[in-house]
Amino acid sequence: MIQYENVTKIFGSGDKSVTAVDNVNFEVEKGELVTLLGPSGCGKTTLLRLTNRLLSLTQGKIIVDDQNIMDINRVKLRQSMGYAIQEVGLFPNKTIYGNIAIVPRLLKWDEDRIRDRVDELLTMLQLEPDTFRDRYPVELSGGQQQRIGVARCLAADPKILLMDEPFGAIDPINRVEIQDEFLRVQGKLKKTIIFVTHDLQEAIKMGDKIAIFQEGQLIQYDTPETILTNPKNEYIADFVGTDRGLKVLGLRKAKDVMVENPANLIQASTKASDALKFLQDKKLEHGTVVEKEKPIGYLTSANLEETEAPIKEIAEAYPKLITPYDNLKDVMSVMLMYDIRVLCVVDEDNNMAGTISLEDIQKSIMKIYSGTGEDKH
Amino acid sequence: MDVWQFLADNKKRCLALTWEHIWIVSLALFIAILIGVPIGIVITRNKKVAQSVINTANVLITIPSIALFGILLPILSLIGHGLGKVPAITALVLYSQLPIIRNTYTAIQNVPSELVEAGRGLGMSRWRRLKEVEIPLAIPVIIAGLRTAAVMNIGIAAIAAYIGAGGLGVFIQEGISRVHQEMIVAGAILVSLLAILVDGTMALLERLITPKGVKIGRKQNQ
Repeated sequence: MIQYENVTKIFGSGDKSVTAVDNVNFEVEKGELVTLLGPSGCGKTTLLRLTNRLLSLTQGKIIVDDQNIMDINRVKLRQSMGYAIQEVGLFPNKTIYGNIAIVPRLLKWDEDRIRDRVDELLTMLQLEPDTFRDRYPVELSGGQQQRIGVARCLAADPKILLMDEPFGAIDPINRVEIQDEFLRVQGKLKKTIIFVTHDLQEAIKMGDKIAIFQEGQLIQYDTPETILTNPKNEYIADFVGTDRGLKVLGLRKAKDVMVENPANLIQASTKASDALKFLQDKKLEHGTVVEKEKPIGYLTSANLEETEAPIKEIAEAYPKLITPYDNLKDVMSVMLMYDIRVLCVVDEDNNMAGTISLEDIQKSIMKIYSGTGEDKH
Repeated sequence: MDVWQFLADNKKRCLALTWEHIWIVSLALFIAILIGVPIGIVITRNKKVAQSVINTANVLITIPSIALFGILLPILSLIGHGLGKVPAITALVLYSQLPIIRNTYTAIQNVPSELVEAGRGLGMSRWRRLKEVEIPLAIPVIIAGLRTAAVMNIGIAAIAAYIGAGGLGVFIQEGISRVHQEMIVAGAILVSLLAILVDGTMALLERLITPKGVKIGRKQNQ
């Protein structure tokens, strides 16, 4: 756990002094990934660099696992935290092995242990150890170098990682890939991570929590969803953008809005005429046909008119079955792509779990915009 | 004019003087490295100090060698070495300081800041960063400075014959006073050959000692 107490950093003195970090208080729980977000010059990088004493505090305290960082030897402190930067900073005179081995060697691990660790990390980051171990950084692509940067900061298995825009220097496509990979790795490792970024999308995607800064002050510290749905003030509402509703859709899962016991279920054994009557009576446009808990397709009134065929044959298959963990953005894309207003959610066994409609999604967006910190419509 | 004949007739003396020349220059270079490289590294911590140190070395190198020998004469006479090899080597050490300090300073200064930043952040001590990152990356440029110093010293050492330091300058000095043209030219040729040889050797050393990862990078940039 990392605790920031009244942390202040002032550069320079007298008239020329600049307050880069202004009385910041917050805590990062163990195993949590917190993104520090804000425009350049807001103090997020300064705060990160205060944490491993690359910069010295002007005022306040930083406490890491109940120990004041000022009571820990500077070099020891840094060795105990992983550190990755945007420029990566791989040493060009060292091989990939030599680069990853930096901190383990500082900690005097024996060479066999280092070798195993390097191979383990390369494998974890999906780089073939035999191919990459003895190469030099210049022989790697930008994306591969960033991965090595991540491997290097994980090398000695530190509990805490400090990352300053670690994926900032690669193109958007590779960035998404490495973000996904990193999240997968973090899911297993559960490190305590402070992650600086100026990219809102990245902050939302990576962060368990987001700390938003403005001119050195911590303005809001909350989960991504709360920040999007409930921005504390105009500044944050502006920062997260007028499309924050859409962004929340990327965070919300199908299970959050699906209807578990929908009223439009029709058993596959029902006769077409009865099914038509059922839809007309309930004023439904869309019926979901199920057979033994499994959804087999959907029907509309138009499908059912003037036919006596078994509805099992008339029902049209869903273009895609949704899982409870699909995010609403993806669900909505499917709806728009196939021009269909209702989709079916299924569990791991492909059993019916509920339905989700465009209206349900719309309602969830409406709720977001009715929150505080309203933007201009 | 039969320079070749002269060289052939005086084989032994040629070898002896060449050897003397080499060791004067080598010893001077060795001492100069011991002084100049650490100075070049230390001054990277403070820009102002660095500027004045480099300026001083700049002034030193503009003093004509004969004048410098003259200045050193009364000073070194105090320890009984006003003439001979001691003032010669002292002068060579002083002249070498500029290329060595300047190149070391520039090379360390030019190590990309993100590498220094990464090294600090990972918990490498200053000494460790120097040893494992900054010096290996700086070494080609440092060697280039040594190369300049070595070649320059070979020339200046020839003049040191006038203060009794020995070396190939003896042929030139003796040749002039005896109006012995073959002797003068033989001395000049040997000094030049030595300079070319040392220059080539240092170039080779520079290439050998450049870290492999850096070489691959250079090749890619071509």
